[in-house]
Amino acid sequence: MKENKKTYWKGLEQLTNDPAFVKNADREFPENLPLHKNGDGGSNRRDFLKMMGFSLAAASLAACEAPVRKAIPYVNKPVDVDPSVPNYYATTYASGGDYASIVVKTREGRPIKIDGNDFSPITGSATNSIIEASVLSLYDKQRLTGPHINGEKVDWAALDADLGAKLRSAGSIKIVTNTLLSPSTDKAIEAFSEAMGDVEVITYDPLSNFGILKASEQYYGKKVLPSYHFDKAKTIVSFGADFLGTWISPIEYARQYSQGRKISKESPEMSRHFQFESNLSLTGANADYRTPIRPSQSGLAVLALYNLLARRGGASTVNAPAIDIANLERAAEELWANRGQSLVVSGSNDPNVQVVIHAINELLGNKGETIDFAKAAHFRKGDDERMIQFVSDLNAGRIGAVIFYNCNPCYDYAGAEELTAGIGKAKVSVATTESRNETCNAVQYLAPDHHYLESWNDYNPKPGEYSLAQPTITPLFDTRQVQESLLRWAGNNTSYYNFIKQNWREGYFTEQDQVSDFDMFWDGCLHNGIYRVEAEVEEVPEAFGDISAAAQAIGRAYSADNQGVELALYTKIGIGSGAQANNPWLQEMPDPISKATWDNYLTVSQKWANDNGLKMQEGGTKKARLTVNGLSIDVPVLVQPGQADGTIGLALGYGRTVAGRVANEVGVNAYPLLDHSKGFVNYDITEGVSVELLSENYRIAQTQTHQTYMGRNFVIQESTLGEYKEDPNAGRYHPEIYKEGKFYKPSKISLWSGHKYSQHHWGLAIDLNSCTGCSACTVACQVENNVAVVGRDEVLNRREMAWIRIDRYYSSPEGATENKELEKAADNPEVTFQPMMCQHCNNAPCETVCPVVATTHSSEGLNQMTYNRCIGTRYCANNCPYKVRRFNWFKYHDNKDFPMNTPQNDDLGKMVLNPDVTVRVRGVMEKCSMCVQRIQAGKLTAKKERRKLQDGEINVACAVACPTEALVFGDMNDPHSKVSNLLKIKENDISANKEVNEERAYHVLEEINVSPNVWYFTKIRNKDKNEA
Amino acid sequence: MQVTSPVREPLVTGGKTYKDVTNDVSRQVEGKPSVAWLIGLAISVGALLLGFLALAATLWEGIGMWGLNKTVGWAWDITNFVWWVGIGHAGTLISAVLLLFRQKWRTSINRAAEAMTIFAVICAAMFPVIHMGRPWVGAYWALPLPNTFGSLWVNFNSPLLWDVFAISTYFAVSLVFWYIGLIPDFATIRDRATGIRKTIYGALSFGWDGATRTWMRYESVSLILAGLATPLVLSVHTIVSFDFATSVIPGWHTTIFPPYFVAGAIFSGFAMVLTLMIVTRKVFNLQDYITIGHIELMNIVIIITGSIVGIAYITEFFIAWYSGVAAEQYAFVNRMFGPYWWAYWSMMTCNVISPQLFWFKKIRTSIVATFVLSLVVNIGMWFERFVIIVTSLHRDFLPSSWVMFYPTIYDVGVYLFTFGLFFTCFLLFAKFFPVINMAEVKAVLKSSSEKVTK
Repeated sequence: MKENKKTYWKGLEQLTNDPAFVKNADREFPENLPLHKNGDGGSNRRDFLKMMGFSLAAASLAACEAPVRKAIPYVNKPVDVDPSVPNYYATTYASGGDYASIVVKTREGRPIKIDGNDFSPITGSATNSIIEASVLSLYDKQRLTGPHINGEKVDWAALDADLGAKLRSAGSIKIVTNTLLSPSTDKAIEAFSEAMGDVEVITYDPLSNFGILKASEQYYGKKVLPSYHFDKAKTIVSFGADFLGTWISPIEYARQYSQGRKISKESPEMSRHFQFESNLSLTGANADYRTPIRPSQSGLAVLALYNLLARRGGASTVNAPAIDIANLERAAEELWANRGQSLVVSGSNDPNVQVVIHAINELLGNKGETIDFAKAAHFRKGDDERMIQFVSDLNAGRIGAVIFYNCNPCYDYAGAEELTAGIGKAKVSVATTESRNETCNAVQYLAPDHHYLESWNDYNPKPGEYSLAQPTITPLFDTRQVQESLLRWAGNNTSYYNFIKQNWREGYFTEQDQVSDFDMFWDGCLHNGIYRVEAEVEEVPEAFGDISAAAQAIGRAYSADNQGVELALYTKIGIGSGAQANNPWLQEMPDPISKATWDNYLTVSQKWANDNGLKMQEGGTKKARLTVNGLSIDVPVLVQPGQADGTIGLALGYGRTVAGRVANEVGVNAYPLLDHSKGFVNYDITEGVSVELLSENYRIAQTQTHQTYMGRNFVIQESTLGEYKEDPNAGRYHPEIYKEGKFYKPSKISLWSGHKYSQHHWGLAIDLNSCTGCSACTVACQVENNVAVVGRDEVLNRREMAWIRIDRYYSSPEGATENKELEKAADNPEVTFQPMMCQHCNNAPCETVCPVVATTHSSEGLNQMTYNRCIGTRYCANNCPYKVRRFNWFKYHDNKDFPMNTPQNDDLGKMVLNPDVTVRVRGVMEKCSMCVQRIQAGKLTAKKERRKLQDGEINVACAVACPTEALVFGDMNDPHSKVSNLLKIKENDISANKEVNEERAYHVLEEINVSPNVWYFTKIRNKDKNEA
Repeated sequence: MQVTSPVREPLVTGGKTYKDVTNDVSRQVEGKPSVAWLIGLAISVGALLLGFLALAATLWEGIGMWGLNKTVGWAWDITNFVWWVGIGHAGTLISAVLLLFRQKWRTSINRAAEAMTIFAVICAAMFPVIHMGRPWVGAYWALPLPNTFGSLWVNFNSPLLWDVFAISTYFAVSLVFWYIGLIPDFATIRDRATGIRKTIYGALSFGWDGATRTWMRYESVSLILAGLATPLVLSVHTIVSFDFATSVIPGWHTTIFPPYFVAGAIFSGFAMVLTLMIVTRKVFNLQDYITIGHIELMNIVIIITGSIVGIAYITEFFIAWYSGVAAEQYAFVNRMFGPYWWAYWSMMTCNVISPQLFWFKKIRTSIVATFVLSLVVNIGMWFERFVIIVTSLHRDFLPSSWVMFYPTIYDVGVYLFTFGLFFTCFLLFAKFFPVINMAEVKAVLKSSSEKVTK
């Protein structure tokens, strides 16, 4: 065809070369199509206008809309709800004093994932397993669906009419609660008490830290729980405080702690951590020096440390029975050397011990440095003495009405039995929890609260630190916020939303001068989820200084040579106090230490097991009869290396009877074993304990049954700080392969020509030094990727589906070389945690063996799984050297044989599924995809915005959840990405086998040259010499 | 072709004539089923049905019915597969390799051995299909079929795909070879039969006319098929061994596997032939055709292949030690002294020590001893595959994933199903097909200078 040289103008603009026209001349549509506009470039959560729209809608809809049971298509699309586009809302998780500021991802109006809130100075972008899993409890079909009177379902009007009058005439009203962090709730209770007259709030915590509060009162004259700064401490000494796992505010502490544990060639310094404890806790597993002690010795150990330090400081020592505790002397020495940069904590709930701990930190000058009273924490307000008094008042019939405010003391209070018996003696009893629990069964009225993701609230975790909670979904059931109920009963008909807003308008808004318009101020706070008043601090108390009374009490209560068995009750990081036990994700999360799921058990020392002829194989064990002061329970035994001789441990939070089908009858209830006879809840039972091994066999569902890494330095590479300072290669294993007269690095010899990644090359760097083993990542992955729950029996069959697992290895006894010795764990082992997921090998053994090319390599270095194509030969899983592939042995979804898999078998539970991730069918293989759905979404966003991807824009679920930033994900082709910098990858290296110049970085199983895209950093312990 | 010698021992004893051969063999086909046969069939069909329950449950509920887990992805399924394939080696070896080597004693056992091969391969081929998570698609997705899925194709890198080709080729050639051999005998039966049986056997014999030209073609086809089948005898188990040898798993990743697997296959195949033939000759009264001489010769093959297998076991150990690779060394130490030590030592006893008893002439010419040892060898060979598959997988590289494998009743049931299938097929074969190749046996009757006609 002849070329047409004529020019046709589209209009005058083209003729005149109007710049506005030229800019869009090449585009098919000069203006963007009216699709979803996301032009501001930031993530949605920063887009507070949306939030405002939703807030208003939610607030008004919450009151008038009937719950929608069936999915129906939109006739008029709601503003901000775009199919397949997630919205993020900042809110707050708070339960029994556990606190985190979070961001909730919603899809089509359904909350499906919880991440940490970057803006929060306390918990930041981190979460923990319980918070990650809590989104599922929203969709728990076993929640209460409306108010009840004496077991009869009624409507709110009926309940209000009946209860309001009764409360008014009840006389003395007690509101029993766990720690409340909410200023507006306090106000609502105030309003309630003004209307009712005699109202008192009784606070108790299932995991009580009353000891510290009481000690502060004794020692400083002020009932206060300080904030700790583990990041500023060079020497950390903990007496049984599991601060990385379950003690007070573990997310916050783990974040701080990890900062002191990250090392590099440039700054090869890290904190040194001493732990003295009975059970092997997560924190103890991370300690550099861990000494197993009996609970009966713990008080004396603290005293001995005080005396050691007092001698150095020239202060007067106190009388204390002599006790010999390994590493205590050295701890004292290093504490003293790092005065003002050290921290001593204790997990004991004994106020006397905590007084001495206060004194020790005072001696060390840590107050104001690593211990902060100015920004004291509000996380635990539980008053054990007051609670004991309340229960006796209740039983004496001195209480007219009792309202159990979102708590479950009939299960998780030490004197639950006595309390349950007394409830009937109150004229009126009310429980407000969102789901039926043990306490609900003992009361007359149920006024169920919203789930926290349906609620408005505000929180004040520390002075000057505020955060807001906003609903992320319309309430699913006929529930009502407790605060609103209280207001209603008090005759105030305001909604709690307006109530909070009013509080903020009158309070924080007027106290600031940054924003002049309240709505702007409110929307800003809602958007950010937090609000800070830097100036707000509390007065730092002065110490009284006298600890002789406490020392004397300790001398009487503790002994250096108790011969009897001692029981240390603890909590597991997944189950905690048991309040969220009805969550299958948490039940199936392996305990980081024991690797056990779906059970609690008696942890016994290896010596005890040998003495009693107990040997565990594949989780197979026996039950034992535990008798504590006349109370007997039969409980399976788990042999726990590191358990102090003569002690046993048992986790609280199990043995629920009224929780739902997931948690009921799982494990045994250990709360009745707690001792509260001394005015505080004592978790260490040192007298009247006996254990008798029964002949009854039992199998504990453990996901890992082999304890040690068999001295395999191609799996775990570790060293000590001293060696690392001398040689950054310390602990590294460099395999070499002999070929034609020379030795080569394995990566230099390959049958494959190798991939080239011209665009991105995704990689993951995992620091074994930072990983505390907390397992938040495993639950985050399960939520993000719709990983099935398989239940206890299938875990016993070794078929858990986790895409990411934390391998936990104990060290073998010193000097072990033979296989049989290497298989055994040392009595007080060193512990290494190794997160293990698909290594996305560049020379992937799985890819070559699949007969139908169902698993392939992407152009960005990912090992991909095509479920549709998979025929399930399992050859790939067999040939995977890391054993990370998981097979769908059964149909796990829509199958009544797997009732525990509520996220996939329950019509409501399914709401939690991530619509971006396929639910796998029976008979196909699955594994970590490196959150490919997030990668694709991130790339798409960047593409739509016509820009390059920014480092950090895409992140995998495990890395997001990690409180210690042990996992770093990114593009290894981007020389400026965090992961490239960590690995020290040269610029313009786009080969699959990247030259990594960081000395600590290694590949697991380097010698087989599968060339993973996941790198591990050697574990460095701050020890003088290598003891493993 | 036939060389006669006055000194050579006759291959067929009892002074059988051509007519005797026809009568002795055809009698089984023509007569009423014996009580022993009926009992045997009842038991086999019973096993088949019982096993089918386990198979049906597996297909209905999923592979989870078996004892497999996250670490041990194959156990009884692939053990059984390799075991049956191994057994399926003897038939073709006897009929093809021994034909090429002009071993005339093969003639009285090759028919049954080939039938056994066919049935064993059917049993074996079942496992790769039913062990799949999704056999309903896997059964044909594993084939390079043109499809509408775009560019989706099979993975020619995968040893499992090589298996598909190896097994299907082997099965096809074996089946043709077996059937060609059956044609003259079907014709013999046709000629003696009346009524519907005449029609059926007439159809089966493809109009065989017994002309010289037909016989010549028969001989050529046999030779050509023997030539084709011989490399297959070696290739099938070589390729099956690649499933393991090409992997990275310690204990699998060894270059010795091909010859070792082939020797093991012949070893187990001969043992199975002996097991079956000892029973058949007794029940069908064929002692004159399958003589002690046959049994002894097969026992000698068992000594040789058993010894090769034994040397292979020892070589593996040496190489593991010599390699200096810790994981490899551990895999082998774990076989001997780990939690599955009993499987390893069962294998060693059954496969390496017990066949050595055949060095004693008294034992290798004893029917009872041979029968017992042939069973022992097959037990041992099952354990060999179990040891290779399960003990290598259950403790590989990362100790965190080390597990134990415990079979379930469904593992056992599916194995039982294949036994039921195998023996049902074999019994039906024994009843309705001539179990001895009449035509070829007639050809070797004259190995001595005796008269064979009356």
